[in-house]
Amino acid sequence: MQPLAIEVKDVWFSYDRQLVLREVNLHIRQGEFLAILGPNGGGKTTLLKLMLGILKPTGGIVRILGQDPSHMTGRIGYVPQDTSVNKDFPISVMDVTLMGRLGHMGLSRRYSDEDRAQARQALERVDMWEYRGRPIGKLSGGQRQRVFIARALAANPLIIFMDEPTASVDKEFQTDLYEFLKELNVSSTVVVVSHDLSVLSSYVKSIACLNQTLYYHNSAEITPEMVDMAYHCPVELIAHGLPHRVLRKHEDH
Amino acid sequence: MACLIGSCASTRTIEMLEALQFEFMQNALLAGVLTSVACGIIGTLVVVNRIVFISGGVAHAAYGGVGLAFFLGISPLMGATGFSLLISAIMAIVTLKNKQRADTVVGVLWAVGMAMGIILIDLSPGYNVDLMSYLFGSILAVPRSDLVMMFAVDLIVLLVVTRYYNSFLAMSFDEEFAQAAGVPVRALYFTLLAMTAFVVVMVIRVVGLILVIALLSIPPYIAERYSESLRSMMVFSVILSLLFTLLGLWFSYLFNLTSGATIIMVAAAFFFISLVVDRVRARLSRSSPSPV
Repeated sequence: MQPLAIEVKDVWFSYDRQLVLREVNLHIRQGEFLAILGPNGGGKTTLLKLMLGILKPTGGIVRILGQDPSHMTGRIGYVPQDTSVNKDFPISVMDVTLMGRLGHMGLSRRYSDEDRAQARQALERVDMWEYRGRPIGKLSGGQRQRVFIARALAANPLIIFMDEPTASVDKEFQTDLYEFLKELNVSSTVVVVSHDLSVLSSYVKSIACLNQTLYYHNSAEITPEMVDMAYHCPVELIAHGLPHRVLRKHEDH
Repeated sequence: MACLIGSCASTRTIEMLEALQFEFMQNALLAGVLTSVACGIIGTLVVVNRIVFISGGVAHAAYGGVGLAFFLGISPLMGATGFSLLISAIMAIVTLKNKQRADTVVGVLWAVGMAMGIILIDLSPGYNVDLMSYLFGSILAVPRSDLVMMFAVDLIVLLVVTRYYNSFLAMSFDEEFAQAAGVPVRALYFTLLAMTAFVVVMVIRVVGLILVIALLSIPPYIAERYSESLRSMMVFSVILSLLFTLLGLWFSYLFNLTSGATIIMVAAAFFFISLVVDRVRARLSRSSPSPV
């Protein structure tokens, strides 16, 4: 049997004495396209960092493809929030992309021709190869996002994690982005984290809502109950301008 | 005393060239070169990792090590190095554990280190320490033994940074991505702070502990805008640091000024010139339609 892509079992997490995650359970098969939604401060980024092995849970177990996240560094692709990046940093698009190969090599090794070839392939896939010599700070938000996707792809990841992918890109690129993620989803598991409910689209296969605890539905549908529980207030959700409604109609009005 | 400044300066320049025959002057120049190498490389990492304040804290706390050395009767250089390493390790632990409160703790260690140094020197009998030489440097009084140590620090810094360059680059650019990719960020961070401690003690010799931050941060700050990679930023910083140190040394000899302070004033002058140049460049590129 194939191991689960992501297994989060009874996970608790607290910073100092402040509880961030309570009894979180999540089982994601390979090939899933999951969106984790929730309000800011609800613990989304913490859960993401636990799955990436950046943080260790206070209690409970996190397994990626059946193993401890810190052993899976070569098989995980991570696309951080654009805002977390220092735009004055003197680094070229190519050098950023090459970082994706770090998980495949030792601490001190140089990049090999193979690493360069993989980075090139990844940049070509996101149409950014011609910008390879550009400083990262001289790109637009959307272009930078593509480079970070290329960096994640350079690792040939089995799972791709994205933190707030639509935060700093325009509406037009958002559609392209989801189209692209759908394409990636053919060969890898995709996990998107966002506070923005509009990421819900026809591309996502399943949705979880997180606000300290996790509400998970194995379908691309948010129930009003999930939203109530996650946001602690009834939200009228209407999917404006999206190709498919993601919500059931409220019948009892 | 009715000589023109120009002709005085030129006579002094000739005197300075003569002064190069003296060992103290040769040592000063060599110290300037050796310090610039380590300072440019580590200064670059300090600036891009935003630990300028921490390195300032280590520099000032180092005075505690000087005091301790006099109190115990060991070499001040040893005392300062050992103590700086200890303080930098504590600061590394604190900043890794609690980023929000780290600056407060660094500030406290900064002051406590200095206070401890002053009191320990008060308590050391028979010593009349030249406090000024630690506060503002004494590049004109660098003994051969210090040069050997500086050379060793350069060698360590060069070896470590070239060997782990890609890992340092990843940590500096995007710490979380680096961590997720399996780069041992914690170990690298401790290594960086330890190297910073070594370099800080070395730079104290040249410009003194009060001015260490300036020589560590001004060259990389200027270099960053003109560099396309971390590597070129390091090289450019080394060159700038060398330029500031040698020019400062020359001016201090020419006008009979304190060398450490003169070096920093030269660096500061370049710093402000670069700000003005940037402003002008930005305005020019805004007024002319950009081709992209």
